[in-house]
Amino acid sequence: MANTSFEKYKSDGSLGGNVLEWVDARFPLTASIKGHLTEYYAPKNFNFWYFFGSLALLVLVIQIVTGIFLVMHYKPDAALNANGVPVAFASVEYIMRDVPWGWVIRYMHSTGASAFFIVVYLHMFRGLMYGSYRQPRELTWLFGVGIFLCLMGEAFFGYLLPWGQMSFWGAQVIVNLFSAIPLVGEPLSIWLRGDFVIGDATLNRFFSFHVIAFPLVLLGLIAAHILALHETGSNNPDGVEIKAKKDERGIPLDGIPFHPYYTVKDIVGVVVFLMAFSAIMFFAPEGGGYFLEYNNFFPADPLKTPPHIAPVWYFTPYYSILRAMVWPIFGLDAKFWGVVAMGASVVIFAFLPWLDKSPVKSIRYRGPIYKTFLTLFVISFFILGYLGTQPPSYWGEKISQVCSLIYFGFFLLMPWYSKVDKYRPAPDRVTM
Amino acid sequence: MSNECKVDCGRRRLVVATAAVGGAGAVAALVPFVASLLPSERAKAAGAPVEVDISKLEPGQMMTVEWRGKPVWIINRNKDMLETLTKLNDQVADPKSDKKMQPDYCKNDTRSIKPEIMVAVGICTHLGCSPSSKFKKGAEEGMSGDWLGGFLCPCHGSTFDFAGRVYKAKPAPDNLEVPPHYYIAENRILIGEDKKGA
Repeated sequence: MANTSFEKYKSDGSLGGNVLEWVDARFPLTASIKGHLTEYYAPKNFNFWYFFGSLALLVLVIQIVTGIFLVMHYKPDAALNANGVPVAFASVEYIMRDVPWGWVIRYMHSTGASAFFIVVYLHMFRGLMYGSYRQPRELTWLFGVGIFLCLMGEAFFGYLLPWGQMSFWGAQVIVNLFSAIPLVGEPLSIWLRGDFVIGDATLNRFFSFHVIAFPLVLLGLIAAHILALHETGSNNPDGVEIKAKKDERGIPLDGIPFHPYYTVKDIVGVVVFLMAFSAIMFFAPEGGGYFLEYNNFFPADPLKTPPHIAPVWYFTPYYSILRAMVWPIFGLDAKFWGVVAMGASVVIFAFLPWLDKSPVKSIRYRGPIYKTFLTLFVISFFILGYLGTQPPSYWGEKISQVCSLIYFGFFLLMPWYSKVDKYRPAPDRVTM
Repeated sequence: MSNECKVDCGRRRLVVATAAVGGAGAVAALVPFVASLLPSERAKAAGAPVEVDISKLEPGQMMTVEWRGKPVWIINRNKDMLETLTKLNDQVADPKSDKKMQPDYCKNDTRSIKPEIMVAVGICTHLGCSPSSKFKKGAEEGMSGDWLGGFLCPCHGSTFDFAGRVYKAKPAPDNLEVPPHYYIAENRILIGEDKKGA
């Protein structure tokens, strides 16, 4: 019994101390606070790019809280009401017009969806720049890729719920992607929809996935992501291991306790973020048609496709990659290869820890080839994202094909260029 | 534990057997959950045939009815529209309707029972959007100058002629589906069923 918290955290005799001792003997409260906050040593050289992890957590809380309240008024029902409007669509209008402050809660949720992807993309970009995915943080990275996939599912399911034209036809197109898989495709897509067309069965199961299944998995993955990170310790902009140099007490020389140093720093990020978030939420909740698409203000009509359909902005880069595949290969339809390319473009992130052969982690010490590839990758990502919002066109197709090649080239050529690239040796200690 | 300590083989076998039976039970328990996602009896029953009166459908006009939740188009093709079909034989991917996208009684030049009346499921064979009608010839409705009339899928740009045949080099792999249907009277079509005894 020598190692229990009971032995380690003795009361100082005060009432509060006694209560804490009682709890610590039964639950690792003080031990967890110390392990993850006050005695979790993070590198002292975190910069701007290290805001986005904590901001992602903030957006998660916003989405969960607003989601709980939206579910109190929303009805996942595709049947038509007395006015001939689908019940689900009407319940969203009801939230917007009749529920006190309902519009704020809904705009928080819809803006939160886009904000989630903005902070997660920046968080991922940080990982790319500083080699955060490298040994020993491979599992942290893999859990992160899992979170990203889960988040995409969550966003996709959530987008069907307002039962507008874009909800309906977007889901129709994406579910039909699965029908491109040889042999099992058609039965698989019927199984996913629960009907021969997108309908009430689809709406109800998407609702269930959106509010129960995926959030649960997401929370589990986020816990695993943070636990894995705290096991290895955080990376930093220099990409050097602070645990390699410790003082006589075993504390990393370049580490500072997460609390209070980084909790305070993150609060600054939170304040700035919430200013931008509120500005969008109150003054431009539709995000110029990118956050909430105009066609989604029409109720779903299974007999009529809107003249132009495009996914929400955070899916458009992958949608462009899907559309870029126009050649049948090995006797299989181009649409099957489009689906494969789209899936691969997301899953390929999981292989990064093993594709990167550079002797250094951080972009600060890498050579020109890596910097060029990363720059081209980011530019391609933006171009693909833009083209995905546009109707199909001849030049759009050609450009998206080039950008898709660069996108995959960044990953697939990495074992080669990260090895031959010049580099400067990383320092022993972090630089400020 | 010392190295001499032998595993009790009987006990080990029992553990393995228990785990195997338990695992099989767990897999069996998945069946109801996986199967519950399939279309329900109600959804299957909703596929009942639809009867349509086409007496008011003038030549050159099109109407849309709902069958199994999908739009079904009925187009009364006029002489002009029918004439475009033969002209397009070398521009469409499957001019003879060799792929089984229609019942055998519609595997002909017009893909229909009566030459003028076209019945087709208005769902693009690419990713399931519903194509828009672009009946006017030429560039008037935003098509190219040599357009002879037909349908354009707004999602990925596939084009179809008045018989629902897909143009070559478009994302959609197949012609539009022709649903089973037959005439129960001169101007009444039953969509969703083949003629009994046919």
